[in-house]
Amino acid sequence: MDIDLMLKVYPFFLEAAGLTILLSILTAILGLFCGILGVAARLSRFAFIRFLGAAYVSVFRGTPALIQLFILYFGGPQIGIQLDAFEAGVIGLGVNAGAYMTETIRGAIISIDKGQREAARTLGLSNWQAMYKIILPQAARLMVRPLGVNLNMLIKATALVAAISVIELTYTAQRYIGSTYKPFEMFLLAGVLYMIIIYVVGRGVTWLDRKVQIT
Amino acid sequence: MTDKKDFVDIRHAQKSYGNLEVLKDISLTVERGQIVAIIGPSGSGKSTLLRAINDLDPLTKGEIWLDGVQVNKKLPHRQYEKHINEMRQQIGMVFQHFNLFPHMTARDNVSMAPKMLKGLSKEAADKLAEEQLDKVGMLERIDYYPSQLSGGQKQRVAIARALAMHPKLMLFDEATSALDPELVDEVNQVMKKLAEEDMTMIIVTHEMDFAASVCDRVLFMDQGVVVEEGPPEVLFKNPSKARTREFLGKHLGATK
Repeated sequence: MDIDLMLKVYPFFLEAAGLTILLSILTAILGLFCGILGVAARLSRFAFIRFLGAAYVSVFRGTPALIQLFILYFGGPQIGIQLDAFEAGVIGLGVNAGAYMTETIRGAIISIDKGQREAARTLGLSNWQAMYKIILPQAARLMVRPLGVNLNMLIKATALVAAISVIELTYTAQRYIGSTYKPFEMFLLAGVLYMIIIYVVGRGVTWLDRKVQIT
Repeated sequence: MTDKKDFVDIRHAQKSYGNLEVLKDISLTVERGQIVAIIGPSGSGKSTLLRAINDLDPLTKGEIWLDGVQVNKKLPHRQYEKHINEMRQQIGMVFQHFNLFPHMTARDNVSMAPKMLKGLSKEAADKLAEEQLDKVGMLERIDYYPSQLSGGQKQRVAIARALAMHPKLMLFDEATSALDPELVDEVNQVMKKLAEEDMTMIIVTHEMDFAASVCDRVLFMDQGVVVEEGPPEVLFKNPSKARTREFLGKHLGATK
C-alpha cells in the first residue's frame, strides 16, 4: 500500500469531501421538504391527493436512484430540462430521499396512539391544531433515529452523482486512479472519508435523539 | 336556551358498520344537572353512544342536541369543523386510557386548550390550571409529566383538563376501568364531587356500586338498544326485564 501517495493526494480528497458534504446538506434539505409535502399528501382527506403521495413514494422507491439521476440529467434536455450536473444531482437525490423520508415521517405520525388525537379533538382543537400541538411534537421525537438512517443512506447515495460527473469524493477517487493506477489506495481514502462523515453525523443524530426525549 | 328537560337530546340515534348495527334507533334525553349511567355488556353499544354525543364516532342516522343546538349538524366540511370544535369545547370527555399528552406537564395538559382556543394569557391559563388541578387534588403534582403519575393521578389530571374548558356536559367513558382496584376510589371521589356541583354527566361504567350511589338514572343497554332504564334503586333492585336481571345477576355478584 502506497501510504506516501495517499498522504500526497489527500488534500484534494478533503476538498472533494467538502463537496460531498455540501451535496448531502442540500439533498437533505430538499429531501426533508419533499418528505413533508409527501406526508401532507399521504395524510390528505382528498383521495386523489393521497394517491399522488402514494404514487410519489412508490415511483421513487421503486426505481434505482441512478436511473432517476440519468433520466433527469441525460434525458432532461430532451424534454426541455437543462440542469448542470450539480443541480441535477441535488434535485435527483433530494426528490429520491424525500420518498423515503415521507414514509419515515408518516410512520412516526401514525404510530402515535389515536387516543391522543381524540383527546385533542374532544377539547375542541381543529384537526390541524391537534396535529401540530399534540401529534407532531410526539412524532418528531420518534422520527429522529429513522431520519438519521435516511440521512446515512443519503450521504452514501451522493456517490452516485459521480456517474454524472459531479466532482465529489467518488468521482475524485476515480479521477486519481486514472493518473496513479492505484485503485486500492484511492478508493480506500474515499471510503475512510465517507466513514468519518457518517460517523460524525451518526453521533449528532444520537445526541439529538437523547436530547429530545421526554424526561 | 331550552327548558331543562331536554338539555341533552338524542333522537333516533342509529349507527352501523356495514351490516353490523351497533346502535338501533336510540332516543333519550338528559336533564341539566342530571347524572346518567349507562351500563351493559361489552359490545352493547354504550361507548359508541357516548362517543356519538360529541361526534367522535359519528352516527349513521339521527340527531344529537345539546342545549338547543344540534351537535352533529350536516354542514359543508369547513363549516362543520368550525361548528363541531365549538360544540366540543362545551362537552368534556374522559377516556378509559386517560389520553394525557405525554410531552406536557399536568399544568400544560390542563392549560393548553384554554390558552389555544379561548385566548387566555399564560398567567390566566396557569391560574386556571392551578384551580382545576387543586379541585382534583393534584396541585402538588402540577409540574409532573404523565409518565411520573399513577393511573388514578393521570385520570384526575384528565378530568381537570376537561373541566378547564368549563363544559356544560361531561362524558365519562369507563373512566375507572383501566385502573388498579385501589386507585378507583380517588377518581370516583372526584366524580362524586362534580356530581354534587350539579355537573351534567353521562357515565359509561362497569361499576354498579358507583352508579347506584351517584346517578339519578341508570340505562341498561344491550345489542344496540336501551333495554331498560330507571332510577338506580329501581333498576338495580327490581329490574323488569329478564335480560337486565341476567346481566345484573352476573355483575352485582361479581363486584360484591
